[in-house]
Amino acid sequence: MIEVKNLTRNYGTTIAVNDVSFSVKKGEVLGFLGPNGAGKTTTMKVLTCFMPPTSGTATVDGFDILEDPLAVRERIGYLPESTPLYTDMMVEDYLSYIAEMRRIPQAQRASRIKRMIDVCSLRGVLKKDIGALSKGYKQRVGLAQAMIHDPAILILDEPTSGLDPNQIIEIRQLIKELGKEKTIILSTHILPEVSATCDRVMIINEGKLVASGTPDELQNEAAGDSVLYVAITAKQSDIESTFANINVIKASECISHSGGRYSYRLVIDKSQKDCGASVFQLAVERGWVLSEIRSEQLSLEDVFLKLTTGDN
Amino acid sequence: MRIIAAIAKKEFKSYFVSPVAYVLITIFLILSNWLFFNMYFLDKEASMRVFIARMPWIFLFFVPAVTMRVWAEEKKMGTMEMLMTLPVKDYEAVIGKFLASFAFLAVCIALTISVPMTVSYTGDPDWGPIIGGYIGTILMGTAFLSLGLFISSLTENQIVAFILSLLVSFIFLIVGEHFVLYAIPNAIVPLFEYLGFGSHFMSISRGVIDSRDLIYYFSFIFFFLFLNVKSLESRKW
Repeated sequence: MIEVKNLTRNYGTTIAVNDVSFSVKKGEVLGFLGPNGAGKTTTMKVLTCFMPPTSGTATVDGFDILEDPLAVRERIGYLPESTPLYTDMMVEDYLSYIAEMRRIPQAQRASRIKRMIDVCSLRGVLKKDIGALSKGYKQRVGLAQAMIHDPAILILDEPTSGLDPNQIIEIRQLIKELGKEKTIILSTHILPEVSATCDRVMIINEGKLVASGTPDELQNEAAGDSVLYVAITAKQSDIESTFANINVIKASECISHSGGRYSYRLVIDKSQKDCGASVFQLAVERGWVLSEIRSEQLSLEDVFLKLTTGDN
Repeated sequence: MRIIAAIAKKEFKSYFVSPVAYVLITIFLILSNWLFFNMYFLDKEASMRVFIARMPWIFLFFVPAVTMRVWAEEKKMGTMEMLMTLPVKDYEAVIGKFLASFAFLAVCIALTISVPMTVSYTGDPDWGPIIGGYIGTILMGTAFLSLGLFISSLTENQIVAFILSLLVSFIFLIVGEHFVLYAIPNAIVPLFEYLGFGSHFMSISRGVIDSRDLIYYFSFIFFFLFLNVKSLESRKW
């Protein structure tokens, strides 16, 4: 659906996007993840034909962004960052203006607008000036204008920024719902959002693509040594000498003990698969009472930090 | 065509949602009427000569106030990005906005109808110069408009747009005036005289509609609309 090839965009001497290539399949929800100023917004501005790339190119639904910008724009619904809207217009007038600009035939206009009002729950604010709306409602108006022509592709730049937790959940649900039939690119620097809504994640840093994959893949890829928490009731000297003799346990540390129960944090080499089961086996062999065993999951947050702060 | 109409309609409406438009119209009408009628009944001359002659100077301030926000506000609010990612060609947006401000200007000029009515009630005017004067006024106002719109597209600050438009319009008003023409080398006098608004406006407002003056105004308007389109494209540089 979207093919980006060696896309580069400079602002003067600063390189905002540096040789980025990727493709998005039909019906996929792709999340751009990256710190502020990573080049997410610039990539979106290029894809929506607001500005051309310095070099490289992209095609959207088979149309080149440089040769056929109008055809590309027709197929995309775009919600720019910070949702710029005409604050002096009423919601109703604004939607019908956009419907007109989107060349929706007169006969369908009313029904499309009504559909958007229902989907984005705007019924109560139709007669209000956009400038008088809360951030959440503005965001919904922004989404309504992006979807009004039923585009095959939605490009949403930080769709949930500035919303309260309830609204965030609503918008995410809406995106998930839409993602069933539409191709969506969204950008965010909120990590749980990506796991919650996206089929695939691309992490961008300093204009470069640093990682791409499903949220799960990324977690596995970036995972290093696994960390296991165990609580064992046995003699402490016995436990420690046993741990010390096992090679794959790189470090063990007693965190707390109460009665005869010792809690340890074990760092286990990444070559060892299924460490939980092995520890359990060990406990059975030694006759220890194992009262707790839990592994520490590397979250997307850690992946993100690892990839974007440079201490990889 | 439909897109241009949609933009023009929306822009025209947007003039009237804020009180600014009403303030502008009021000031324009009071000023133009006062500057005329304060002498009219003393001069005892049933003509609109004085009224028409004041128009360039009133427009000098009035038109930049009409055009200053048109692009500057879109840039400042970021709605430019929304507009320019709709399936709209740059020139359609420029023409749409131009037509809207032209319509606004036309409304303002139409509201001065009280002046010719008074003149015809109090005397027996020669209608040639009055009609010519109105045509000249519309052409000159439209030329100021296209200049002001272009300048508005250069900045995101309305005040800067206002002052710059006023300044550039002022230059076009005075380059053809005698005191400028005396001061410059003879070789470029015809050029300055041609570029200045004055000579073209004066001959039209005498009721002489010469194709050279029409060509001057139309090419002036077209030139700045063209620059306006180019300045929208400049976001791509």
